[in-house]
Amino acid sequence: MFSLFLEQLLNGLQSGVMLFLMASGLTLVFGVMGLINLAHGSLYMVGAFACAAVAAWTGSFWLGLVASLMAAAIAGALVEMLIIRRLYNRDHLDQVLATFALILIFSEGTRWIFGSFPLFLSVPDFLTGTVILPGGSQYPLFRLAIIVAGLAVAVGLFLLIGKTRLGIRIRAGEADRGMIAALGVDIDRLYTIVFALGAALAGLAGAFVGTTQSVQVGMGEPVLILAFVVIVIGGIGSIKGALVGSLLVGFTDTMGRFLLPHAFATFLDPSSATAIGSALASMLIYIVMALVLFLRPSGLFGATS
Amino acid sequence: MKGIKTTIAAAAALLAAGAAQAEPVKVGMITTLSGGGAGLGIDARDGFMLAVKQANNPDLEVVIEDDQRKPDVAVQLADKMIQQEKVDVLTGIIWSNLAVAVVPSAVAQDKIYMSVNAAPSQLAGRGCNKNYFSVSYQNDNLHEAAGGYASSAGYEKAFILAPNYPAGKDSLTGFKRYFFGDITDEVYTKLGQTDYAAEIAQIRASDADHVFFFLPGGMGIAFMKQYAQSGVDKPLIGPAFSMDQGILGAVGDAALGVKNTSNWSKDIDNPTNAAFVESFKAEYDRLPSLYASFGFDTANLLLSAMDKASISDKDAFREALRAADFNSVRGKFTFGPNQHPIQDLYVREVVKEGDILTNKIVGTALTDHSDAYASECSM
Repeated sequence: MFSLFLEQLLNGLQSGVMLFLMASGLTLVFGVMGLINLAHGSLYMVGAFACAAVAAWTGSFWLGLVASLMAAAIAGALVEMLIIRRLYNRDHLDQVLATFALILIFSEGTRWIFGSFPLFLSVPDFLTGTVILPGGSQYPLFRLAIIVAGLAVAVGLFLLIGKTRLGIRIRAGEADRGMIAALGVDIDRLYTIVFALGAALAGLAGAFVGTTQSVQVGMGEPVLILAFVVIVIGGIGSIKGALVGSLLVGFTDTMGRFLLPHAFATFLDPSSATAIGSALASMLIYIVMALVLFLRPSGLFGATS
Repeated sequence: MKGIKTTIAAAAALLAAGAAQAEPVKVGMITTLSGGGAGLGIDARDGFMLAVKQANNPDLEVVIEDDQRKPDVAVQLADKMIQQEKVDVLTGIIWSNLAVAVVPSAVAQDKIYMSVNAAPSQLAGRGCNKNYFSVSYQNDNLHEAAGGYASSAGYEKAFILAPNYPAGKDSLTGFKRYFFGDITDEVYTKLGQTDYAAEIAQIRASDADHVFFFLPGGMGIAFMKQYAQSGVDKPLIGPAFSMDQGILGAVGDAALGVKNTSNWSKDIDNPTNAAFVESFKAEYDRLPSLYASFGFDTANLLLSAMDKASISDKDAFREALRAADFNSVRGKFTFGPNQHPIQDLYVREVVKEGDILTNKIVGTALTDHSDAYASECSM
């Protein structure tokens, strides 16, 4: 039981770390530019497809990973310069409509290029296999690698925002957009960089997740919904909030799916315990979100307005 | 002068039309051609149109529309096809929730509906209808076959897993109907879930001797890849959907050796099937899937009825369909009393032929199998 519990904790951590890669980009873009970007899930899909296609073509997962970062960043920068830029001064409804249209364009465009059948993407050979956890259970090596890589990216992101000149500008942009433009910062360039950075993080998440899941059109939307839950819990615009929110959602979801049916089985017959337990488990993260919003309407780390 | 010429031409055309005995049949195909589930609809359409092309019957006209896997869109398309296009026959729906939304109203307007895939229990028992024909199966069939296979292969303890939605529950019920061992765990996952780490950890910890799973589409791809990465070695059994030709390429070697149950396989030994696989490959440059075979059979069944009866005589036309007087790629094919097939169900294993992953029949799970709802149908 201990080893199963430990394995589930690691699963929760891994799912949280992947969510953070998605949510950090989303929250950055909202924090700095005030833009609701529904097409963020499409950039995740672009990353996964780029990784799968390049890995299949060259035989190297690492080149695929580089390609996923590049493709998502380039797609993000192009989208920002061609379309998103015209939306900053519009209200949120216009932004939602335009970025929803982008989802459709990306989905059908991807289908047009790669066809309707899911692509193959596998774990690189030296990361296959399992490691023995304390307690004797096995854990897939690749999931451990994802956790390490995700945490490394999180640390890198905090350093970038906390310690570099670009980070200072990003934080200044969050605090007062009008003022940093007046101070002579090239605001257009800053926005493009931030958007491309967020896109690259989403693309990286897509490549990682694509190796364990299915690389197919429409893969980004379910993750996008979770990422929105994360940034609402964490407080919109806050990177720290995105990290805490991601881990909270990852652990809640995994442990809920694991423990709730067991908990109900102590006082119900097995089949209704399974039915009620799994139904409640799928709602759990939304219940957590509702609770957080009830106690702290602007999220855990949100600026109080 | 010109006026006279046109009149003569028109009269000639009328005469020519009168000379042809058969009445034209217009088919409305509503299927999923865009979005995540498009692979299935495209296969069904391609199989159907291959048979239409081969028959080259000038009296058959097909209108195709994309339902985007949305029930409301499917309902609108069905209304449009019935009222504006004046179709005689509807077909093409892949997903059961769309079929439940479209079929009852279409058959009530005396349109014939021929299913290329979805065949929910609601339309097989008390809700059966003389205008509704399922060419594929009844939804529970492949799961029942998996249960039958698990029992006969000597498995005793099953870990069973499906998404938490009606078809998922039907699937586990179907499995249990023919599996006579113990169920150690019965797990329902979220529909559309793509990370199965938590469930795989439970499989590892359970004392089951095999795993039955029904996870269609991307869910199955994700599950099988993660299962192979996890190092758990309990044998997997599932219905054909997760091991179908359109999906195997994306699962990769993780699928090798997995047993799955199906009513069709590309190696069923009969000349119709061999010709179908060959011509499908030649036409579309890929191997046909289960859905393509259903589309192909549906079109051939329709063509066989058109040879025997006129669509304006609905009773005779339905009688001709019920006779199922066509060469099915599945070999023998007859309809039961609820107009769902009575057929053999096979066990297949995923193998590699050259570089391509595909399925090979390794046994028969159930013979001349009908469905659990036929007795409730009063027709």
